[in-house]
Amino acid sequence: MSAAPTTDGRDARTAWLLTAPALMLFVGVLVIPLAMTVMLSFHDWGQYKGIEPVFILKNWHEVATDPYFAEMFWRTARIALLTTLITAVLGAPEAYILNRMSGRWKSFFLLVILGPLLISVVARTLGWALLFGGNNGLVNKLLMSLGLIGSPLSFMFTETGVVIALAHVMMPFMVLSVWAALQRVDPQIENAALSLGAGPLTIIRRIVLPQIMPGVLSGAIIVFSLSASAFATPAIIGGRRLKVAATLAYDEFLNTLNWPLGAAVAVLLLVALVLIVVGSNALIERRYAEVFR
Amino acid sequence: MSFLELDRVAKQFGTQTVVDDFSLTVGKGEFVSFLGPSGCGKTTTLQMIAGFLDPSRGAIRLEGRDLTVVQPAKRGLGIVFQSYALFPHMTAAENVAFGLEMRRVPRSECRERVRATLAMVGLAGYEERYPRRMSGGQQQRVALARALVIRPSVLLLDEPLSNLDAKLREEMQIELRQIQRNLGTTTILVTHDQNEAMSLSDRIVVMSQGRIEQIGTPQETYERPASAFVSQFLGKTNDFAATIDRTATPGRLIAGSWSAPAPAGLAGPVTISIRPERIGFGDAGLAAKIVTRIFQGNHWLFQCESECGSMIVIRQNDGQKQPAEGEAVRLAWRPEDMSLRRTGDAA
Ligand SMILES: Nc1ncnc2c1ncn2[C@@H]1O[C@H](COP(=O)(O)OP(=O)(O)O)[C@@H](O)[C@H]1O
Ligand SMILES: [Mg+2]
Repeated sequence: MSAAPTTDGRDARTAWLLTAPALMLFVGVLVIPLAMTVMLSFHDWGQYKGIEPVFILKNWHEVATDPYFAEMFWRTARIALLTTLITAVLGAPEAYILNRMSGRWKSFFLLVILGPLLISVVARTLGWALLFGGNNGLVNKLLMSLGLIGSPLSFMFTETGVVIALAHVMMPFMVLSVWAALQRVDPQIENAALSLGAGPLTIIRRIVLPQIMPGVLSGAIIVFSLSASAFATPAIIGGRRLKVAATLAYDEFLNTLNWPLGAAVAVLLLVALVLIVVGSNALIERRYAEVFR
Repeated sequence: MSFLELDRVAKQFGTQTVVDDFSLTVGKGEFVSFLGPSGCGKTTTLQMIAGFLDPSRGAIRLEGRDLTVVQPAKRGLGIVFQSYALFPHMTAAENVAFGLEMRRVPRSECRERVRATLAMVGLAGYEERYPRRMSGGQQQRVALARALVIRPSVLLLDEPLSNLDAKLREEMQIELRQIQRNLGTTTILVTHDQNEAMSLSDRIVVMSQGRIEQIGTPQETYERPASAFVSQFLGKTNDFAATIDRTATPGRLIAGSWSAPAPAGLAGPVTISIRPERIGFGDAGLAAKIVTRIFQGNHWLFQCESECGSMIVIRQNDGQKQPAEGEAVRLAWRPEDMSLRRTGDAA
C-alpha cells in the first residue's frame, strides 16, 4: 500500500528472491523430470540397441492403436470411477453421521477414520490379501469351513478386489472432504427446515445434500485422480494378471525395459488426469459459483 | 386469554439446570420478549417451544392442547434464527416457498403468497437473489418472510437483529413491530438488548440464570423493578445505602444530607434505588461534586461523587444552564421515584 512507485522494482526483485528456493525445487524435481519423460516418450527403443534419442511417433502410435493399451486405460478409468462412486456413497453419509455425533465420540471416530492414513497403503492392502487371498485367506477359510461357500471367493486378481481395496484406501479423503463442507453448513439449518414442516428424508435430500455436494464432488476429484494413478493397491491385488495404467508403465520401465513406451503410457495417464480434473473442477466451480461464493 | 402457556417448564443438561420453574401465559396476538444476559436460558426456552429440545419437566400448551407431544415439523410455528439459517442453495423466493411446498399449497397460490410476503418485508424484486448476494438486513427479511408465509400460530424470534448495525437494527425494530401489529401474530422475541425488548414488546420476561425475575409491561419492569437484578439490567440505576431513623417521630429516611419522611414498615439500614433521570440538582439534598460531564445530544450525563458514593445523573438538554465539571451540587429526588429494599435482600 504505502510503497512508492520507485520501490516497485525492488519489491518485485525481493519477491523473486524470496520465492527462488521454492521455484528452483519445483523446477528441479518436477518440471525437468516431467519434460524429460515427455521427450523420452518420443525416443526409439529396440531389444538390442536400447534407447535411441531420436524423435519418432512410434510409441504414441502403438499406444493409440494397440487394443491392449485401450483395454488397460478403460480398466483404469472403470476402477477409478467405481472406487469414486463407492467412496461417495459410503463416505458422504459417514461424514454426516460423524458430524452429528457429540464431542467425545466424534473425536474418537474421526481418529478411527483418519487413523488408516498413518498406516502404509501396502500394509493396508496386504491385509485384504490376508483375508481373501485364495484358499488360505482367513475369511475364505472361515466361510468354507462354515459351509457357506464351496470354493474361495475370488478377490485377488479381480477388478472387484482392486475396487474394494482402493475404496478402503481412499475413503478418508472423501470423508475429510465432505466433513469440511459440513463444517460450513449452518448448524440450525436442519431445525429451520424442520420448523417449516420438512421430514427427515426431505431435509437430507433438499437441504443437506445440495449444500455438501461441492464437498462430495471435490472429494470425488481427489479420489478419482488418486485411484487412477494408484500403484501399490493394484500392484498387490491385481498383480501382473490385472494391469492398470500405473502398473503397466512400471512394467514397461522395469521389466521390459522399454522406457520410451513406459514414458508414453505415463504421459498419457498424466494428461488424461489433468484434463479430467481441470475440466470437472471448472464445471463444479461454474455450477456452484452463484450459491457458494 | 391464554393462547400459549408454559407451566413450570424446566430443562436440564446432565446435572446442569439451565431453565427452571418457567411459567408464563401469552395472549393471542401478544408480543412478549425474553430478556436476559447471554447464557441465561432464553434460547433453550425458545427451542423447547419450537420442539427442538424436550423439557425435562413441566408442560407447554397451545390453545389448551399439549404441545410437547407434537412433532416439531407439525407445530406450525414460525422461527427466525439468530444466524438466519437461510438455505444458501435456494433463491429468496425458493427459501420462502419451502414451507408452503411442505404444506402442499397449490403452485399458483404458493407463488402469489411468496410474492406478497416478500413485498411485505420490503423485498419486492429480490425474488431471484441468492442469500450470499444479499446484505445482512436483506437476509434477515428473507428469514422473517420464510417464517411468516406459513401463517404461523406463534412467531419465535431468536435475537433476530443482533447481527445488524445499530441504525439498521432500529429501522428493523420499527418494521418488525408494524408487521406484527398488522398480522396480529403472537410473537416471542429473545434478546439481550433491553432497548429492543422495551421498544417492541407488550410484555417483557426478565430472566437471570434460568429463572424468571419479573414479568411485566416495559414500563412496569423499568419503573418498578422487582429485584436489584432487574433494575440494573434494565437501564442505568443508582443503588446506595441509607438508614431509617425511628428514634425521632415521625421517622426519617436519611441518606447523607438528604432526608425524607420514612415509609411505613421498614427500619434500620436500607438500599435506595433510583434512576439517574429522576435525580435533579437543587438547593438542598445529597452533597456531591461533578466529576465528569458528558454531552449526549438530547441529554447530559453527569458522573458525580456524593456522600453516598458515586452516582450518575441524567438531565434533559432543555436549554437550562447545567453545572460544570468540579462544581459542588446538591442532589434531590421525589421519594415516590425511588424504590427501597432492606439491605442484604437480593430481591
Ligand atoms: N446442548 C447443550 N448441552 C449442554 N449445555 C447447554 C446446551 N445448550 C445450552 N447449554 C447451556 O445452557 C445455558 C443457556 O444457554 P442458552 O439458552 O443458549 O442461553 P441464551 O440464549 O440465554 O444466551 C448456557 O449455559 C449453555 O452453556
Ligand atoms: Mg441465545
